[in-house]
Amino acid sequence: MSEENLFNTKGVKKNFMFVCNKAPYGTIYALETLEMIMISAAFEQHAVIAFIDDGVFQIKKGQNTKSSGMKNFSPTFGVIAMEKEDADEDDDIDMIWRIVVEKESLEARGLSSDDLVLKTEILSTAELSDLMAKQEVILTA
Amino acid sequence: MRTLNLVNKSPFEKNCLESCVRLAKSDASVLLIEDGVYAVLDKSAKSFLIKNHQQHLSFYVLIDDLDSRGLTNMAMIDGVKKLNYGGFVDLVVNHDVVHSWL
Repeated sequence: MSEENLFNTKGVKKNFMFVCNKAPYGTIYALETLEMIMISAAFEQHAVIAFIDDGVFQIKKGQNTKSSGMKNFSPTFGVIAMEKEDADEDDDIDMIWRIVVEKESLEARGLSSDDLVLKTEILSTAELSDLMAKQEVILTA
Repeated sequence: MRTLNLVNKSPFEKNCLESCVRLAKSDASVLLIEDGVYAVLDKSAKSFLIKNHQQHLSFYVLIDDLDSRGLTNMAMIDGVKKLNYGGFVDLVVNHDVVHSWL
């Protein structure tokens, strides 16, 4: 492969899954995973965003970081959900996006879909396991 | 598609291995590296994470990381295969997807 072709991603399209498994503010992982998700959108890749374990706390409604001084990035997930709906309706955009949450993780933390900042698909462990096995690239962080 | 799951955190500190065995499909492989190797101790309180899933998952452990931690001569869970770095590479090329559980 010649050097100029190294970063030529034209026409390359893969099925990505981003597994968000960490709570939002204790570490930088959650914010950095969101960056990866945005970049994959810029390259028009197919993506599944999956929230499991403490990752479900990333999309908890009503986050207010004013007093802690940190960036509240939960509204960004709402924007992603709106962009996804636009992409679903636009035939010119060849991007399949899914936003899924593991039901068991949600329930273990006393949460329900009403507590979340965006509309998601609620999947059982078995359903998420099936979906995970179909991906070409899986990034958990 | 066959997946190789990589776990590099101790099961006593993080739930990576627990999430991995919960969500991995049958016939997937799990390779324990770095602090992940503590999961293979036969008498540990977390050994069930491996023992309860050996029917449908293949477990591997990196010898070099066992050696570093003084675990080489400890009782290991039966059926966990020991690999060196060459075996690690073979495992990677024999699977379609590599999933690191950070």
